[in-house]
Amino acid sequence: MSGYVLEMHGITKDYYGNRVLNDVTLKVKPGEIHGLVGENGAGKSTLMNILFGMPVIHNTGGFQGKIRFRGAETVFDSPRQALESGIGMVHQEFMLIPGFTVAENIKLNREPLRDTLLAKLAGRRMKRLDWPKIVSDSKAALNMVGLGIDEMLPVAGLPVGYMQFVEIAREVDKQGVKLLVFDEPTALLTETESEQLLSSVRTIAASGVAVIFISHRLDEVLSICDSVTVMRDGEVVTTMSTSDQDTTIDRIAELMVGREVKRPDYPKRAKEPGDDDIVLTVEDLKVDMPGEEVHGVTLRVRRGEILGIGGLAGQGKIGISNGIMGVYPAQGRVAKDGIEIPLNDPGQAYKQKLAFLSEDRKNVGLILDRSIEYNISVVATLVKSMFQKTLGVGPVGIRVRDKKSAREFAAGMISELDIRCTGPGQLVRRLSGGNQQKVCIARALALDPEILLVSEPTRGIDVGAKQRILDLLVSLNREKGMTIILTSSELAELRMVCDRIAVIYGGRLVDMLSPDDSNARFGMAMSGRRAEVQ
Amino acid sequence: MDKHGVFRVFSKRITKENFKSILVQNIVPIMFVILCLVAVRWSGKPLAFLLQEVVFRMSRNSFLVLSLVIPVMAGLGLNFGLVIGAMAGQAGLIFVAARQIPGVLGLLTACLVALPLALGLGYMIGRIMNMARGREMIAGMILGFFMNGVYQLVFLFGIGTVIPFSNKSMILPSGIGLRNTVELGTIRWVLDELLMVRIGPVRVPLATLALSAVLEVLITWLYRTKLGQDIRAIGQDMRVSQVAGIQVDRTRIVAMMISTVLGAFGQIIFLQNIGTLNVYDSHGQIATFAIAAILVGGATVSRATVGQALLGTFLFHLLFIVSPYAGQNLLGSAQVGEYFRVFVAYAIIAVSLALHSMQRARAQAAQKH
Repeated sequence: MSGYVLEMHGITKDYYGNRVLNDVTLKVKPGEIHGLVGENGAGKSTLMNILFGMPVIHNTGGFQGKIRFRGAETVFDSPRQALESGIGMVHQEFMLIPGFTVAENIKLNREPLRDTLLAKLAGRRMKRLDWPKIVSDSKAALNMVGLGIDEMLPVAGLPVGYMQFVEIAREVDKQGVKLLVFDEPTALLTETESEQLLSSVRTIAASGVAVIFISHRLDEVLSICDSVTVMRDGEVVTTMSTSDQDTTIDRIAELMVGREVKRPDYPKRAKEPGDDDIVLTVEDLKVDMPGEEVHGVTLRVRRGEILGIGGLAGQGKIGISNGIMGVYPAQGRVAKDGIEIPLNDPGQAYKQKLAFLSEDRKNVGLILDRSIEYNISVVATLVKSMFQKTLGVGPVGIRVRDKKSAREFAAGMISELDIRCTGPGQLVRRLSGGNQQKVCIARALALDPEILLVSEPTRGIDVGAKQRILDLLVSLNREKGMTIILTSSELAELRMVCDRIAVIYGGRLVDMLSPDDSNARFGMAMSGRRAEVQ
Repeated sequence: MDKHGVFRVFSKRITKENFKSILVQNIVPIMFVILCLVAVRWSGKPLAFLLQEVVFRMSRNSFLVLSLVIPVMAGLGLNFGLVIGAMAGQAGLIFVAARQIPGVLGLLTACLVALPLALGLGYMIGRIMNMARGREMIAGMILGFFMNGVYQLVFLFGIGTVIPFSNKSMILPSGIGLRNTVELGTIRWVLDELLMVRIGPVRVPLATLALSAVLEVLITWLYRTKLGQDIRAIGQDMRVSQVAGIQVDRTRIVAMMISTVLGAFGQIIFLQNIGTLNVYDSHGQIATFAIAAILVGGATVSRATVGQALLGTFLFHLLFIVSPYAGQNLLGSAQVGEYFRVFVAYAIIAVSLALHSMQRARAQAAQKH
């Protein structure tokens, strides 16, 4: 025996030729709490998906590497198999049945049964539930996680924090659980609830169960874990013990973010943007975008700058542009050059010469089964009545689409932005991701905007094309003087092209950083802490 | 005793505080009670007469209404596909009528013939509903129309051509296809008269009522089994159930099979009381009226109990009995009353479905935010 309950060796995984995990090794001992940290896209979820044998892994060609669980080499074909072998998962989203009691949820599909006459004839499912045992087992499990509530209460009315504990109680109740994975268990909890949760995780580990603890809250990780594995870009940067003197939040944060960013020498502007010339003010913006709520953000956007908005997924960075553009319900005040833009009405923002490239390119951004030319011209037609001509005699006439001018404009854009296609008539669906994104940019340019809001422009685009999109944005900024607000999950690309980067956490602005600030400072801001400026 | 509230009509115990919300939640049964009281008052019929009618109608209809409870529990909504179960039951009855099998034996034979048919059809409905997730009710309704075509094909063109049929009196003069009306003389009232008890002026078919009671006990019992627990779980959240390892698709099919078999038996019980079978017509409105009845009892698309089924059957059929008389006395025309009761049945279903989709939209919105 190696002394480890779980060993993952040399795990490598490609998605469609795109390497997302490279030679990852992770080892966990019984009773150990092992932290797993990294930015979004660092490969944590993929690693866990492999461990659990999720269908998404098998459907995309499996993986390379070896997994040893409890000393035997194993590959789980399905989550069910993993669960039966003694690996438990506490989900980020609650897997609870609202109308069931706490006890019924703890015992969901693992109810103790009592034999009946009919069961002998018609099978196991005709057995009766053993309620006294359901109740007593649930009580024991709830005690273990330190939640003193009535096990016969329905889950539906419980506070969110309690639901997380019910989930944990369920995992604890499973006989023979050897390894428990917590995926951001404190993301939705209050501070006291979090503390309670951490102490129950300790209790669980003390009983000999190995724990993998995934969290973005580094202070928690440091306080609870015995060792920490830091992942970045699909690789393990390091695994370190938390008892080590060198293991500090700053150090972890730095390792998480820490790739060298080569900032190309973009041309200097005649006048660098400054606080003396503000083009857009956003005050106390609150946006009700599911999963990306914004709880009050104030920003001053300088004329002619590229402002980056960064942060981890789900923290609200995406919501800001969507709120300004009126795509999702918003409150607050947004003004361009002193003129207030009414919120919750997309047309209004367009009128003030704002244009938006949605992060949801395929659903919101493009009409996939129409031509390039149509996609480029449609919004301009709707908003500014461009690409139209009048058909009729004398004063009587109707406005109709002017295909000719639309085609000319599209052809101009295709050559200007270097859209690789067969011509303006080609269907957008047939284009690569990078070229689709360029069509989106062309469509925004048709509006002749002063401010361009761009969300996740490089998501789902291959590496070479990413750089071209970023270069294109920079050249729009430098040559046309366009102000750009760039929202991205990829910190590296923000640091490459932006003048300033606003980091969002928990729906609020944590810090406004310069791209040259230290990795540690970025890392801390991303996990919601503002570094004290020395 | 009643841990899961299967017999409960109201979802909560009534207290002073929640009185108003209970009133709002149960507006349908409450309105119906008032409507029934008004109609009873104006029908001018003696109580004994009404009681007798209600007892008969309860005894012959409650089994059908009860067969709707399990699919609702399983999240499949109101089973408009119940007509298909009824068709299976009628096939059993036609077999018995053709062979002239008398008495209880005939009734049992009808059930035995219907059982495999209903199981097979229920399996098919379940499979299709798994494909039509989220649209089970409309799928069930359309499936009912489709199977009606198949049913007609079998009994209108199949009989006398591919299916040998010896009882010539039941066949159309052309020698192909069944006549519209089949007399169920040999089994008429067999179950009802098995144990007819007189209570005061009212005759009570105890055996028929006992069968419904047995079904009620079975449903209650099912709640306490593993299968019942699985059915309840998938009825609330399919995804969570799936993750927990419950075989969602299979359980849904089982729920559909149970409902279809109960529908077949329910139709047999119903028709033995009526005494004649309209081959091409008897099943037509079965699902609609059963669904209207359970909704009148306060059930919804996502929640139904045995208690609601029984209360609903009672109220709905009471209104059915009295509305022609009330129409006659109030407006001088029995037709108006009859029109009114059909109108009410459809209105109840329409309102319930609209309410359900509103609630679901609201719940989805609440979940997102």
